[in-house]
Amino acid sequence: MTKSPLAASRRAFLGLAAGGAALTLGSAPARAARVKTSARIVILGAGAAGTAMANRLVASLEGAQITLIDARAEHLYQPGFTLIAAGLKPAAYSRSRTADWLPREATLIAEAAAEIDPDARQVTTDRGRKVPYDFLIVATGLTLDWDAVQGFTPDLIGTNGIGAHYAGPAAAEATYRAMDAFAEKGGVALFGRPATEMKCAGAPLKIAFLTEDHATRKGTRGRVEIHYLAPQKALFSVPIVAEKVRMLFDERGIAAHYGHTLKSIDPGARIATYTTPEGEVQMGYDYINVIPPMRAPAAVRNSPLPWADKWTDQGWVEVDQKTLRHIRYPDIFAVGDVAGVPKGKTAASVKWQVPVAQAHLIATLQGREATEVYEGYTSCPLITRVGRAMLVEFDYNNNLTPSFPGIISPLEELWISWLMKEVALKATYNAMLRGKA
Amino acid sequence: MKELTLETLLAVFEEIYGFWLFWGMVAAALVVTVLFVWVLIRDHKLEARTLVQAELFAPVGAVAAIVFVFFMTSSGLRDMGGPIDVMMLVGIGAAGAVGLTILAYVARALVRPPRG
Repeated sequence: MTKSPLAASRRAFLGLAAGGAALTLGSAPARAARVKTSARIVILGAGAAGTAMANRLVASLEGAQITLIDARAEHLYQPGFTLIAAGLKPAAYSRSRTADWLPREATLIAEAAAEIDPDARQVTTDRGRKVPYDFLIVATGLTLDWDAVQGFTPDLIGTNGIGAHYAGPAAAEATYRAMDAFAEKGGVALFGRPATEMKCAGAPLKIAFLTEDHATRKGTRGRVEIHYLAPQKALFSVPIVAEKVRMLFDERGIAAHYGHTLKSIDPGARIATYTTPEGEVQMGYDYINVIPPMRAPAAVRNSPLPWADKWTDQGWVEVDQKTLRHIRYPDIFAVGDVAGVPKGKTAASVKWQVPVAQAHLIATLQGREATEVYEGYTSCPLITRVGRAMLVEFDYNNNLTPSFPGIISPLEELWISWLMKEVALKATYNAMLRGKA
Repeated sequence: MKELTLETLLAVFEEIYGFWLFWGMVAAALVVTVLFVWVLIRDHKLEARTLVQAELFAPVGAVAAIVFVFFMTSSGLRDMGGPIDVMMLVGIGAAGAVGLTILAYVARALVRPPRG
């Protein structure tokens, strides 16, 4: 019998298999040595930014006393709210337990921060507990100011043609029910965004697109009239994206109105009142999606930490936009929604901000300067219908910063971008929480 | 996504499927691959007849893989928006086709070894 070219000895085969296994196991990058310190690091907030920071610090520091302060027992995967509000996922999709993501080496104080004293380097909780720190990471997230929309209360969500998917997983589910009932019946739908900075500025656009898509799939698009009302002069802060969205709105028959800020709603009469440069304007609706103004939490707003000359009605923390370090208090960093930087109140921003702030903190512990810089990268898988999205990524300077240039176009409605949102985004987010992405 | 390292990628896959399912699938794929190579070595060749029979499963694997992805992601053929989408679809189909072909070949070769 002659040996074929494919033939090989069993010993060679076993050697090959063992080599392959060694290659797989040995390919993880070696961990850098942990930095020894006895610093007390307090993290305000155990959401996306606070949790990612805690896990990264535990992995990179030895002997540090890391404490998180957050009263909320539930961790919310907020990028999932849009999918829940589109009827694609149940409320449980966005829910998990805060404690499940935190490293054992960190301490969680399940109380809310009530007062921050950067001069005494101390945080006081709502139960009066005083927590001193050497370094403070402000990662509180933001507050939805529902009271700013007169006539609206969160218990109305899902009734009277009112949706508000920013309010949480249950509210997103109720929003879907209201939107679905509207799409069935037809009428006028109003969408929009607040005048303040907001988290995920793409979400109001997505929900308008998804409602249009829902009615189209139901075969009721002819009975549905959709308006999008923005306080700004454009549909998105990045001009090239704003133009693309404007074109898509035209194509999909969604009427865009600029300079309109939602002031109040009358749930009984189903009338929304907007302030415009020309005065107040009233619009009747059958369905409205309410997204309120957003501000820093009261404990931050009432502390010395916010900008004095910027966003004065919103209270974002005064940090250097490249390092996330507080401009007046070098032992304080702010990451996530509460950071006073242009754009980027998204989980994608968190993913990029946290390693930069972490690098600067560790460099300070080592008595050196860090060179890491955050350029404002953020990303928005802008869903334009179920099954398609645009993978929009950009920075502080409104430059598009595609991860896959020449392969995945940021301004094209693609299935592959939808796949990323559906399959990879939550997984990447979870890996980020664990400090691994 | 400038730091798309192998470690990050593995962490993401662990999150998609859960730790045990992901590494279970990796282990299963490795076992089938190892068996495939072992069968090749045992038989000293790629058995043409077995391969042709196994290839009959290729279209089934391709369609099954595509239908599975569409089902899991609430999407369909109408969502193809550009060349990259079609390439992705072909890639998923090819993976399903090759995977099932190899599995069928290995199963066939193990159950009924060719007579010398």
